[in-house]
Amino acid sequence: MKTGAKTLIEALQREGVDTIFGYPGGVVLPIYDELYDSSIRHILVRHEQAAAHAADGYARASGRVGVCLATSGPGACNLVTGIATAYMDSIPVVALTGQVPTGLLGNDAFQESDITGITMPVTKHSYLVKDAADLDRVVQEAFYIARTGRPGPVLVDLPKNVSTGEVKSAKTAPAPVSLRGYRPTYQGHVRQIDKALDLIARAERPLVYAGGGVILSGASAELLEFVEAAAIPVTTTLMGLGAVPGDHPLNLGMLGMHGTQSANYAVTECDLLVAVGVRFDDRVTGKIETFAPNAAVIHIDIDPAEIGKNKKVDVPIVGDVKTVLQALIRRMQKHGDTANWVARINAWKAQYPLQYRDDDHLRPQYVVRELSDVLNGEGIITSEVGQNQMWTALYYCFRKPRTWITSGGLGTMGYGFPAAIGAHFARPDVPVVDVAGDGSFQMNIQELGTVAHYDIPVKVVILNNMYLGMVRQWQELFYDRRYSYTELPPVDFVKIANAYGVEGIRVEEKDGVREALEAALAVDGPFVLDFRIEREENVFPMVPAGAAINEMIGVRQG
Amino acid sequence: MKPHTLSVLVENRAGVLSRVAGMFSRRGFNIESLAVGTCEEPDMSRITIVVNGDDAVIEQVMKQTNKLIDVIKVSDLTERESVERELALIKVTAEPGTTRAEILQIADIFRAQVVDVGTRTLVLQVTGDTEKIDALEKLLHQYGIKELVRTGKIALLRGAKTVKSSK
Repeated sequence: MKTGAKTLIEALQREGVDTIFGYPGGVVLPIYDELYDSSIRHILVRHEQAAAHAADGYARASGRVGVCLATSGPGACNLVTGIATAYMDSIPVVALTGQVPTGLLGNDAFQESDITGITMPVTKHSYLVKDAADLDRVVQEAFYIARTGRPGPVLVDLPKNVSTGEVKSAKTAPAPVSLRGYRPTYQGHVRQIDKALDLIARAERPLVYAGGGVILSGASAELLEFVEAAAIPVTTTLMGLGAVPGDHPLNLGMLGMHGTQSANYAVTECDLLVAVGVRFDDRVTGKIETFAPNAAVIHIDIDPAEIGKNKKVDVPIVGDVKTVLQALIRRMQKHGDTANWVARINAWKAQYPLQYRDDDHLRPQYVVRELSDVLNGEGIITSEVGQNQMWTALYYCFRKPRTWITSGGLGTMGYGFPAAIGAHFARPDVPVVDVAGDGSFQMNIQELGTVAHYDIPVKVVILNNMYLGMVRQWQELFYDRRYSYTELPPVDFVKIANAYGVEGIRVEEKDGVREALEAALAVDGPFVLDFRIEREENVFPMVPAGAAINEMIGVRQG
Repeated sequence: MKPHTLSVLVENRAGVLSRVAGMFSRRGFNIESLAVGTCEEPDMSRITIVVNGDDAVIEQVMKQTNKLIDVIKVSDLTERESVERELALIKVTAEPGTTRAEILQIADIFRAQVVDVGTRTLVLQVTGDTEKIDALEKLLHQYGIKELVRTGKIALLRGAKTVKSSK
């Protein structure tokens, strides 16, 4: 016989869990007691939200399932934003929560909350374990569901008496998972693949629109091989950055609300759109009626519900992106002559490069360009949400998948710093930098305690404009410069970092940027860089809400 | 836009109904009626859902329902040969005398059964498709309906075919 808590820890070890991000509390005491001398490393965060984001960052950086742990009630509730973030971006996370003993369930007991109910809309699946004998099966299913098909977060709620309950020691490993209601489709339908190839062979102006599904599926090499073999230019979503090297000649960069002009023009003019691991999000499409208005659409995705959800599709292919791309490459006999189209796109790229005023002011685009230059594609970048995120997406050259970690779907401020902590534990060999705004950083600033505690060498680059910059930008452009509650008084981030025992410097001159970045990266521990940037710098190009994506503002017109 | 009858086979587990119903409400799908109960397999339940929407909406409803891990199978019975039934209990004001006789006559025509007789009320039980129950309700309205309860619609495919076996 062994306890439920011990059974849980052994089940986690069987799933290959090496790190858990968590925060203890009353009903998880039995689990923490087991963790105390377990081989699993536990990272104590300073707020449960950070545990969920760190697990998510760990998953995005490694491709494995991230794990977080919190106590019942407030602990579990604090995970919710992190779980929702992972859900929107299809990230495999298993969230373990303590729960009051089964006998008290529904009784409004101390620190009770119905966390499976609260998280139902933002989890792929969830379990409330009522019998310790189910633990082995539930943990195995939770990890299986989280990482297979379209990945996503799974919550396992563990009442205290389940953790303390006795379980018979199993003689054999649990049987493989079999869920009759869950059978993801991995192979694309051959007839659909041939239909797609027929369209590709006849297209004169094809464009690949690639997203986070390419990264999740580990299909970057296949995507590159496919676009090179078929000579098709490619644009990526925010989530797809890094799927194709940022400086590849066929890469147009990001599309959508803050997409490049060449990408948005290409979408509008293409005659075939090959959508790969994307979901036609409104931040990508702008006004959906005018998105790729002249194009036949091929949509490859593992989730059948995404196909036809927002945009009518001519050739749907349900399957794993990697497997389907391999089939497309294998079965491709010819492709259209795209030379004129590629030349037209190259002309756009030359005519409409990203541009900002590169004067002697300290501008955020310059900071990101320098960071990109210093790291040369060898780092992992996380971001917060808002202007900092968009400047990084536009001006940093991502060369590899899983080096760009950002909250795309939910747009969670406060995500980047804890996600960077998670990314570090997934890839301790790689420098990890969180590009932040002064608003976002303050949403999980308490994690300075965590990076100091474990000496985690995460660097925070604050693009500090003393505004909630993206909201201020909208107020400037669409609300007559009425800056309603978007100005933030100055904060001495260096002093705060120092108070936690973390080094930091403030940079106010453009001259000091390169040196500061290099100095921070040379430090073998955490570091905070407070860049006091031009306060009212905007993110351009920009498609106003509800406009067609070729109707950009803040750009040189063609 | 027309009502579709979906037959949803699910795991017989705690919380399944709230997963299905919660998904419908969060995605803005409009449930006309919903009936849930055990079925031929002891570890499964069958939920019959009537939902309104155009073809694109119904396609999304089915795909999103299918995505739930505890959902085993979803079938749209609307365009297929199926039997559909609802049951209603109607408490109608029936003063002794001619109105009571009229009500009993109407009940007879609709093959409704009298399941409770009070001094001033009758409770009728009627089964049938939605239209039939609507029609009876309309006719009884003039006498004064004190209370009415309807089950959701339930449905099965006609003939030997089953939802589980069919594609």
